[in-house]
Amino acid sequence: MSNFFSKAEVTSSGRPVFLRNEVECHLLSGVDLESEDHHSFSPLKSGILILTTHRLLWLPSSSAITPTSASAIPLAAISHIFSSKKSLKSVFHSPRIRFQVLVSPDGRVFDPGSGSGSSSGSGSRSVVVTAVVRGKGDCDGFLVKFWDSWRARAWESNETSGSGSGSGLASGTGAGTGTSGGLYSTDGSVRMVGVAGILRKEQEMWESTDKSLQDAFQDLNALMSKAKEMVMLAEKMRQKLLSGTSSQTSGTNDEDMGSKEEIQDWLLSVGIISPVTKESAGALYHQQLSRQLADFVRTPLERAGGMINLIDAYCLFNRARGTELISPDDMLQACSLWEKFDVPVMLRKFDSGVMVIQNKSHSDEEVFARIRSLVTKPEALRNGISPTDAAMTLGIAPAMAKEHLLTAESKGLLCRDISPDGFRFYINLFPEIDQCNIYFVKDYGICSTWIKAVSTSGKNAFLNELILTFIA
Amino acid sequence: MQKLGDFKLPHFFNYPPYFTLQPVRETREKQVQLWKELILDYCRTQKIFVIKLEEEFPLFSNSVIERTLSHEAREAFLSALVAEGRAEWLDKGHRSCLILWHRIQDWADIIVNFVKDNGFEDSVMTVEEIRSGIESRGTELHGIDRTILMRALKQLEQKGKLAIFKGTSTDDEGIKFSV
Repeated sequence: MSNFFSKAEVTSSGRPVFLRNEVECHLLSGVDLESEDHHSFSPLKSGILILTTHRLLWLPSSSAITPTSASAIPLAAISHIFSSKKSLKSVFHSPRIRFQVLVSPDGRVFDPGSGSGSSSGSGSRSVVVTAVVRGKGDCDGFLVKFWDSWRARAWESNETSGSGSGSGLASGTGAGTGTSGGLYSTDGSVRMVGVAGILRKEQEMWESTDKSLQDAFQDLNALMSKAKEMVMLAEKMRQKLLSGTSSQTSGTNDEDMGSKEEIQDWLLSVGIISPVTKESAGALYHQQLSRQLADFVRTPLERAGGMINLIDAYCLFNRARGTELISPDDMLQACSLWEKFDVPVMLRKFDSGVMVIQNKSHSDEEVFARIRSLVTKPEALRNGISPTDAAMTLGIAPAMAKEHLLTAESKGLLCRDISPDGFRFYINLFPEIDQCNIYFVKDYGICSTWIKAVSTSGKNAFLNELILTFIA
Repeated sequence: MQKLGDFKLPHFFNYPPYFTLQPVRETREKQVQLWKELILDYCRTQKIFVIKLEEEFPLFSNSVIERTLSHEAREAFLSALVAEGRAEWLDKGHRSCLILWHRIQDWADIIVNFVKDNGFEDSVMTVEEIRSGIESRGTELHGIDRTILMRALKQLEQKGKLAIFKGTSTDDEGIKFSV
């Protein structure tokens, strides 16, 4: 008998009419409502159970909805909600939600809205109602929300502070704030008023950010699981390739080799190192790269005077390539392969650790000759040369020039001079100086040239006389 | 300056690399050699017996070319002298170096000659008198470093050429020659 339950108003399209501030929380379909003692009310079969912040509504399944057939149980009338018992029986049965409802003396569900007595204790009787969920809904979730809503006691305050996302599916938790007039304006949307309004806004923003973050991470998780698959696939292919190559004899037909190399290329382009690098003369990729590099590097070499820093070459090469950039490792491999081919360039490592690419035709001796002629000019005799000076004269980069100067020094051609002015090089006079007679200077040779150069500088004019007196 | 005081400087004193410790082995050896000679010469003519590394030493700087020997360089050259036996470190920290532009043996010989030249064979003198007495003026002994003098005297004492004893005044020792 529908007398037991309170009346629930329904719209013309069969949706319940919500009370002021009432927000829908959850919905289950295919629900029967039964009373445990079997005579408080006749069971309601196969309806839709809707949980709101204020009430529990039961609507008959759509075909049977009439304005009078929807029932409601105010949450205020519920005295207890049972936790779900998991027993052997429950495995086979449909899930059940059981709760205890206060009953007023006239056999109806206690309605706090009506004037019948105070909210506690006037319903001396209580009836246990069971909702049998035969449909496919999330029963446990419903139960959780049921608890939350019931505990929230939204009907007690004039205003509720459920989260106002407006779509009606938000969970209605939280205690009420104390603004009079309500946070919900008459049309049901949330009013942003005062401090509560600001807090509300903050909350909403936070919740929406949270949600979108969660969504994003879902995508990321999906991506990562896919990536894992991809890597596994690539590994499998690599293994196959590896086992394939080792088992092949030299009498493989060309087609097989071709496709194998294709696969290798493909793997490399994805970023996986070819497994046959060390065994053969290097993967075809590196060989091609090596030749390409040798061709490319010829122009910069000329511009740079025959020697170019490996790092500079790397930058230029990658810039020229544009998109398929190579790693420093690839570069190094490519350069080391030059030894095996007949290319006019070579990789060279200086004592200081600096690596350069230079023409095979480059000769150190020739450079030394040029340095020598540079450093015996009068100006250089007086003040020495800096790597920059050498760079300008030799037409190479300063870093390269410095390497050359250092090499010349180690060969005994130059001497270094370190001072606050910087790092400079002079022609090496030491071999010319006679230990036994340090005041003696041959009138030919570099020493006398040096002295003459030094003495003709304006700064050393005073010195001029002194020097001349004791050379003579 | 091509002269430091009245000391004539060699031409390579104005060669800037001379003041930078050279890394290349051959060049370095030559450089060290030249510096050793220069230091000894300078100390001999200027009668300098001790070089303190942290103090300014005229020979170690050239204001014309604006170069100065670094501490590392100074230590390197002086250590080379020590290795050759022409100098000694006076302290463990290598801050002070005694320059033996005459070896101790040479000094001993000089003393013996001095004694003979002046007829002091059997007489007695104080150490101070040897260093700064009238007789020593004009000789190399004049102004000799006390440490070096004592070492030379002790060497001679061991050879039996003299005897060192505490004099009547408490602050100086006396030498009795028996050359």
